[in-house]
Amino acid sequence: MSRRTLAVVSAGLRQPSSTRLLADRLAEVTVRDLAGREVEAEIRVVELREHAHDLTNHLLAGFPSPALSNAIDDVTTADGMIAVSPIFSASYSGLFKSFFDVLDTDALSGMPVLLGATGGTERHSLALEHALRPLFAYLRAVTVPTAVYAATSDWGSENGDGAGATSGLSRRIERAAAELADLMAARPAREPADPFALPTSFEQLLSEN
Amino acid sequence: MQFGIFTVGDVTTDPTTGRTPTEHERIKATVEIAKKADEVGLDVFATGEHHNPPFIASAPTTTLAYIGAQTKRIILSTATTLITTTDPVLIAENYAKLQHLTDGRVDLMMGRGNTGPVYPWFGKDIRDGIALAVENYALLHRLWREDVVDWQGRFRTPLQGFTSTPRPLDGVPPFVWHGSIRSPEIAEQAAYYGDGFFHNNIFWPMSHTKQMVDLYRRRFEHYGHGPADTAIVGLGGQVFMRKNSQDAVREFRPYFDVAPVYGHGPSLEEFTAQTPLTVGSPQQVIDRYAAMRDHVGHYQRQLFLMDHAGLPLPTVLEQIEILGSEVVPVLRREMAAGRPAHIPDAPTHASLVAAAGGARDATVSAVDDVTGRVAENAAETTTESLR
Repeated sequence: MSRRTLAVVSAGLRQPSSTRLLADRLAEVTVRDLAGREVEAEIRVVELREHAHDLTNHLLAGFPSPALSNAIDDVTTADGMIAVSPIFSASYSGLFKSFFDVLDTDALSGMPVLLGATGGTERHSLALEHALRPLFAYLRAVTVPTAVYAATSDWGSENGDGAGATSGLSRRIERAAAELADLMAARPAREPADPFALPTSFEQLLSEN
Repeated sequence: MQFGIFTVGDVTTDPTTGRTPTEHERIKATVEIAKKADEVGLDVFATGEHHNPPFIASAPTTTLAYIGAQTKRIILSTATTLITTTDPVLIAENYAKLQHLTDGRVDLMMGRGNTGPVYPWFGKDIRDGIALAVENYALLHRLWREDVVDWQGRFRTPLQGFTSTPRPLDGVPPFVWHGSIRSPEIAEQAAYYGDGFFHNNIFWPMSHTKQMVDLYRRRFEHYGHGPADTAIVGLGGQVFMRKNSQDAVREFRPYFDVAPVYGHGPSLEEFTAQTPLTVGSPQQVIDRYAAMRDHVGHYQRQLFLMDHAGLPLPTVLEQIEILGSEVVPVLRREMAAGRPAHIPDAPTHASLVAAAGGARDATVSAVDDVTGRVAENAAETTTESLR
């Protein structure tokens, strides 16, 4: 068994939160699939709700509190990420965006990422494609093809008592988690970028001019 | 170990009175603050450079020359000199002139320190920030060390047979510190030249400052300037003091809460826990700053920000008085205790001259190829013939 770390970022605001519920289900299936690929995964959950004030402070003061700093490290040093946001006004929530705004530009470069979103109605599902995916394209993360949207109605169907129409949420979760597990298992453990390790040597800086 | 103050020259409304000082008042206050720092025995006064409101810190050499004329002892420095948007030829000439006028009481801190719009005002692009800092300093370094410079680069017109005047006092250029908060390239630059590295850690957690200083020290040794622990390090600091710490907190809080740089963000308590800002008794300041060397190793210069966020001048002068009389004398003793003998002091003009093997007059006189006469003699002759 090799080892990988999986960061789970949830921007749900309520407790309990359907956003966190979706994040947990995605994580659970991904871990199971990774185990099937001989990879033992360590999960690191980041509830952005707990860091809401610190995120605002970071935006204003320019540095993270110790707690937020740990959360940032948990995400940026992971081998893969599940990122789930509620959809507000046709896009991710401001809390979700704030977290990714305070990361270094290169922090998620090359990281496999599974996107998820929740909302009151199915009609917001394309926000995953027109809002979340472009954000992670900018950050040069590697997003898996299937993004998972769960509307309120999805929670009442197919899972458990079998009442209601089959919405396919479980199938979407299975497919997306398998895609993430494939990417994470196929890659070597990620080396986090250390900007202080060895910088561009000064001779090179001079010659680049 | 040098102690001093640095200012950014902000014009900020006093939140307790609603009164905003005029530019004129702030400019004159800067001079009073520097004179007070000299009077209470601090080693360094440094002023920033900004070219946009609400700052009055443009034209730093004018300010420093005026202060230099009214002080005898204190070192005049910058925090920072904009090596990105200021022509290195002008920096070479302005600061060499200041060095002559103040008999060597000058050093500089280089920084990029600009907001985006400032670059285009001076014909530059912020995306070239690092490249400008690298190229411009490389030229400045030569202009102070080579009498005649041929030079070509990306960012300014080429120079052919150019001599920057006046030549540095006693043939020794001012010592240079490179200031950077988060660019490893600048720590690398300081290490490459064996210059000083200043981390203005006042708005940052110590863990970050430590990483930058460690990088500089490691690379200082890599470039052969000596062991890592002998590299020349400076730190920023920020304090507000009263005899009773509760009084300090009560008096400073309204300034903190709405200050442009950190207001409306973390609470005063969070900010003081996470950054070097210390609001309390002189003893608390002593304890906090004596511990800085535990994080970054033995260092050479500690500057404090005292006059911002709308604090009125009398308060600032009182703070400098407390700093000079109650805090710095104790910190000097504390910092000297357990300091190994091989750790150097911050370079001064005198120590640089001594290291260069003594003072030499570096004047470059133009020589007439035809007559062999130097320019001044020719000028004298002309003057005589006019009589």
